[in-house]
Amino acid sequence: MYIVEMQKVTKIFGELVANDHVDFQLRKGEIHALLGENGAGKTTLMRILYGLYQQTTGDIFIDGEKVTINSPKDAIKKGVGMVTQHFALVPPMTVAENVVLGYTDSFVLDQAAIEKKVGEAADQFSLDINPKSIVRHLSVGQRQRVEILKALYRNAKVLILDEPTAVLVPQEVDSLFETLNRLRKDDLSVIFISHKLDEVTKITDRVTVLRDGKSIGTVDTVNVTQKQLAAMMVGRDTFGVTRQTEINPDNKKILEVEDLCALDDKGLPALKNLKLSIRSGEILGIAGVGGNGQKELAEILSGVKSPTSGVLKINDKNLVGKDPSDFSKMGMGRIPEDRHEGVVGDLTVYENLALEHLDEYSKNGFLDKQAIRKNAEELIKNFQIKAKPSDRIRTLSGGNMQKVLLARVLSRQPEVVIAPQPTRGLDVGATEYVRQQLLEQRSRGAAVMLISEDLDEILSISDRIAVIYEGEIVGTINAQDATPEKLGLMMSGALREEA
Amino acid sequence: MEVFIINLIAATFRVSTPILLAAIGETYSERAGILNLGIEGIMFFGAFIGFIVADKSGSLWIGLLVAILSGVLAGLLMGLLSVSLGVNQHVSGLGITLLLTGLSLFGFRLVYGGRSTPPAIPSFETIRPLGDVPVLGQISDQYLLTYITFLVIIPLAWFILYRTNFGLNIRAVGENPEAVDAAGVSVYVVRYSALAIGGGLMAAGGAFLSLAQLGAFTHGIIAGRGWVAIAIVIFGNWSPVKVMGGALIFGGTFALQLRLQAMGLQLPIPYETFLALPYIVTIIALVLAGRNASYPAALLKPYKREG
Repeated sequence: MYIVEMQKVTKIFGELVANDHVDFQLRKGEIHALLGENGAGKTTLMRILYGLYQQTTGDIFIDGEKVTINSPKDAIKKGVGMVTQHFALVPPMTVAENVVLGYTDSFVLDQAAIEKKVGEAADQFSLDINPKSIVRHLSVGQRQRVEILKALYRNAKVLILDEPTAVLVPQEVDSLFETLNRLRKDDLSVIFISHKLDEVTKITDRVTVLRDGKSIGTVDTVNVTQKQLAAMMVGRDTFGVTRQTEINPDNKKILEVEDLCALDDKGLPALKNLKLSIRSGEILGIAGVGGNGQKELAEILSGVKSPTSGVLKINDKNLVGKDPSDFSKMGMGRIPEDRHEGVVGDLTVYENLALEHLDEYSKNGFLDKQAIRKNAEELIKNFQIKAKPSDRIRTLSGGNMQKVLLARVLSRQPEVVIAPQPTRGLDVGATEYVRQQLLEQRSRGAAVMLISEDLDEILSISDRIAVIYEGEIVGTINAQDATPEKLGLMMSGALREEA
Repeated sequence: MEVFIINLIAATFRVSTPILLAAIGETYSERAGILNLGIEGIMFFGAFIGFIVADKSGSLWIGLLVAILSGVLAGLLMGLLSVSLGVNQHVSGLGITLLLTGLSLFGFRLVYGGRSTPPAIPSFETIRPLGDVPVLGQISDQYLLTYITFLVIIPLAWFILYRTNFGLNIRAVGENPEAVDAAGVSVYVVRYSALAIGGGLMAAGGAFLSLAQLGAFTHGIIAGRGWVAIAIVIFGNWSPVKVMGGALIFGGTFALQLRLQAMGLQLPIPYETFLALPYIVTIIALVLAGRNASYPAALLKPYKREG
């Protein structure tokens, strides 16, 4: 008998079929991966199990008994706990308060008593957390532990983890996996939502693959290779992108940054004497856990933020103090980090494609619609954007929106390309496209900066990798010398290395 | 001079009471993530309902009770609009203020017609627990409602918000409603409850003016005290004890300006300058405190589970 069984579960949002007659069975005491691309319906299926959505049709059985789950409260009662991707924690409160939130019968809240109880629970499950800590002061890995403790404290027998490693550095991932292995021995059943093949093969007992809302099948992890899983997930063999040529060390340095200092929005130091350079025809990957100064660096390089001190040069020409349009004229091309911020949703594709250079498309102060449209048609063709020029941008998928932004920036052949998180939230197809475009910029001779939190992405296309930690570059290494473990140590500040 | 100061202190508590009641009501609401701009209207409504019920029933206490109930209903209406329907909180709050102000004026006109002098009722008597003790005796000469506000409602608000699970839910829902929902607690129930308590307190503040301080109902009876209460909540950083401090500062300046006017000083400035004093002090206090204000993170954000 299965501890959880979902039969022919279908969920329809408007016209979108997010889950299409999905069958899913979870055994007691197993770690079961739910594998699939973005938008395959993994999270939707689990949000149904946790009562955050209601299925359109289909049945759910827990311990062989048919159940109706209308809210998380019902799910918790049935022994189901979920750690969502965005943690459901209240930052200004203590760990103990967060854990007992909504789960105690007494009217009076006795701080000492709950701290004691939560502390005992943490010991019982060997989760290293201080119940008195304020959640705001905890690291992401620690917050995740609080979430797991929250579920276990509510006597969860089934624990759903939604992409639990997405926000962790490799060392934290190891510690998470240790915890999960321990809990599995105590007969806890874990559902592990992921799109990362190496993790799935490393930690899970069985894998269920979803594609386009449908279940492709369930397999025992020991019997499959990563390649087979990838084929199930994508529906075809993946090619990936590979670099062809070594970079010529004689290529000249195009972008140079020295002793760059800057403050963040709160006025605290975000960048501290940051130094880096990129040659023509080179991709420099900036690796690091989010919030270590990447955002500020990208903003400074596009001219929307001013550094407090330091040198910033393209082809030996100083950029500090110039405005964003000067940056653009001098050869800086930046793909906006937040796609939705980089476009105007209610304007059309052709308007958005001309947006940054309206002066070139106007005659006597009036817009030259014909030239704008012609430009759009060309770019739509060259960049394979699946849209008509007159479509409103906000109706486009994330991948196509990103193509519009790439087209707008890359068609001008900038000498420097800044790409902060360019594939975040994109599916495999669109991700490959974006990486391919960046590689083409490299072969054209541009200096490319790829800022990413995805180590696989950094490792797959960078020539050199610089690791940013607390606003400093703590080391720059050649891609062939880099391993995820080494980068992980550097990203957590434990290791410094100069190339 | 001594008499002046003793009277000033006594008046400070009296004048602070209605604002403090309203500000604590607003604290409950905002801690739950709802900016209740209906506050001015709910106070006005409370003053009106309290007055008319007391007048017709002959009992000040029944008047006060019905006023509080009307405030609870007004709070629930705010909940219907901003919590269930997800209407923008500025719009729904100001709408409620307009609605209740109009309704009160209309009702007042219906019942009492257009008179040149407002009708009056015998108001609450003050009590004087410290009797003839010098200085303290005079300061202790206050309305029972003032005692209840400072000695019961404020400590209780602190206890509820920080020492009960209900309060934990209120604070959590104002910071991250997703967390509360995921923990299996209804965000709606918590927000409605906080708004109901808040509305009741705001109406009690209004009724204090018509039933205790004035013994009458006039068009200008609230005179922006609701808006001041909102400023005081920000000044008090959403903490009941600090909110009390803010209300006392405002009450103190208000009492002071009344006395300065009454002294009939021959000053080359118009008396309206004194009238404006409490509001100016409020603005200055807000500017100073507002820089470090840590708003409840989910304030103004309607919560709706996706899907």
